[in-house]
Amino acid sequence: MANKLAAAIVGSGNIGTDLMYKLLRSQWVEPRWMVGIDPESEGLKRAARLGLEVNADGLPKLLERGVRPDLVFDATSAKAHVRHAKLLREAGIQAIDLTPAARGPYVIAAVNLGDHLDSLNVNMVTCGGQATVPMVYAVRRVVGVSYGEIVATIASKSAGPGTRQNIDEFTETTAKAIEVIGGARRGKAIIILNPAEPPILMRDTIYCLIDETGPEVYERIDQSIREMVAHVQTFVPGYRLNRDPIYRDNLVSISIEVEGLGDFLPVYAGNLDIMTAAATKVGEEFAKHRIPVGQ
Amino acid sequence: MATKYQVKITDVALRDGMHAVRHQFSTEDARAIATALDKTGVALIEAAHGDGLGGSSVQYGFSKETEEAYLKAVCESVHQATVAALLLPGIGTVEDMKRAVEYGIGAIRIATHCTEADISEQHIGVARKMGLFTVGFLMMAHMVPPEKLVEEAKKMESYGAQVVYVVDSAGAMVEDDVRARVAALRAALAPEVEVGFHAHNNLGLSVANSIAAVKEGATRIDCSAAGLGAGSGNTPLEVFVAVCNKMGIETGVDLYAAMDAAEDVVRPRMVRPVIIDKPSLTMGYAGVYSSFLLHAYRAAEQFGVDPRDVLVELGRRKVVGGQEDMIVDVAVELAQRKKVLAGQA
Repeated sequence: MANKLAAAIVGSGNIGTDLMYKLLRSQWVEPRWMVGIDPESEGLKRAARLGLEVNADGLPKLLERGVRPDLVFDATSAKAHVRHAKLLREAGIQAIDLTPAARGPYVIAAVNLGDHLDSLNVNMVTCGGQATVPMVYAVRRVVGVSYGEIVATIASKSAGPGTRQNIDEFTETTAKAIEVIGGARRGKAIIILNPAEPPILMRDTIYCLIDETGPEVYERIDQSIREMVAHVQTFVPGYRLNRDPIYRDNLVSISIEVEGLGDFLPVYAGNLDIMTAAATKVGEEFAKHRIPVGQ
Repeated sequence: MATKYQVKITDVALRDGMHAVRHQFSTEDARAIATALDKTGVALIEAAHGDGLGGSSVQYGFSKETEEAYLKAVCESVHQATVAALLLPGIGTVEDMKRAVEYGIGAIRIATHCTEADISEQHIGVARKMGLFTVGFLMMAHMVPPEKLVEEAKKMESYGAQVVYVVDSAGAMVEDDVRARVAALRAALAPEVEVGFHAHNNLGLSVANSIAAVKEGATRIDCSAAGLGAGSGNTPLEVFVAVCNKMGIETGVDLYAAMDAAEDVVRPRMVRPVIIDKPSLTMGYAGVYSSFLLHAYRAAEQFGVDPRDVLVELGRRKVVGGQEDMIVDVAVELAQRKKVLAGQA
């Protein structure tokens, strides 16, 4: 095996393109194929210019031709991924799913990165999940959380047609991840689209109802939150607290902002940036696990 | 005298009114108010958390009762009117709507910010398939010009909405704003799709604006007994009906029954008077979502700032409905700024 995993990106839209730029910088994953369905798409043209092998006839045809990437990133749609997941599983190819299809276990890059290194399919939850579940988890590792609620406010311009046509998928999947990965006993998620010009940065409020209270507990939670913010910043530099956490009895309120790197997407689309950054991080973790030491 | 105008009224005291009581109506309150409203002859009675199905949360305030208990209490008390619920995609889901149908609602109003109608496609589609009377609700409609509002209304029409509302969530419109938007929608939508108008009284114009809407072709008007609603409240049902009677606008609502519902049933249950005070007038003036009112009071008190400053800053930042979390963040920022300025003095 070479010293990088050879990856295919399926889906040549905004997410796929932004992901490509991030993978081109990776020491562990090489984006070799870009797979779309429209030969005229800007994304495919851009990928070709950057030296990727482009394919405009979809993932099934790529596999039929005998191409076997080490790793596939799927940035298409939940519906398409259901088909892709089956094909990739049959071919024994590891898939990182950026759609809400949720065929494989959830991975929140900042929390359970190493949990499913041998799984053939992992799901990246939602952008709101990647941004907020780490905060729920940061509280949960200090104290029990009976209820975790997040409010994700994103610029209208950063919400694509897929999100808009099935916004329930966002709230339901994120709520589930707050429970399964964040560790809250009950989760709820709300998403707001704000059309203001110039577009606003992604902004998330995280509320946790906690089992114990008092200055000493609050101090430990504060510390845990700050450590988690620093950890997320290692791969999403524009992730930051808007203000100090606020405590009122058993309620903790955390406010964060996510500024994107601006690789391909504009900086206000921090919601999409955190998704592609998290997927890159997971791909690299797979590579570290699969590539033997010393090569 | 031949009646030129006919309107169907939706009473929102049990939904928008929930903002004014911090979502604390009990099932007994719900039964009493629903029973009184049902006697008035209003076409629809809307009930839910103020922010609609699924709205009970830290962000918007937890309801006193579960959605199931509250909606069942209302549906069991109503025999003439149709019970409606509100749903904001992004907060409530199709699953919430299906449960509400089991509790007995017959109509749904799907609300989005005035530029984001396309997030309602799935919910409107499913609602129609389930046989619900389906209304599209374009909130904060003062923020966009009539042409843009028409684009969004046509999307809701294409998804299957039977009525599309111009919603003045901030109570920020003056009569010309209302006329332009209602007329534009009336001209652009198919004749079988009705146009509605929802007011807040922050500038004291709710009745006048609702009448203006009727004259431009709106056939659905939202009212609330005693005006109970967010901000300075909604168009007061009893006042609107009295004015309509005098103008020969047919509402099908009995004036005395509306007065009784307002004065004997709703007003005694208010936790604070629904009036035009400094903060709510500021909302109408600055164009801020009316349900922010009590949240702004609380945050201003907690962080020692003037609620008006908080509301004006929210308006300046073009915050939309649902962003209640920004109230605390802005109050914190203003408090810090105040501290810095005090230190310099």
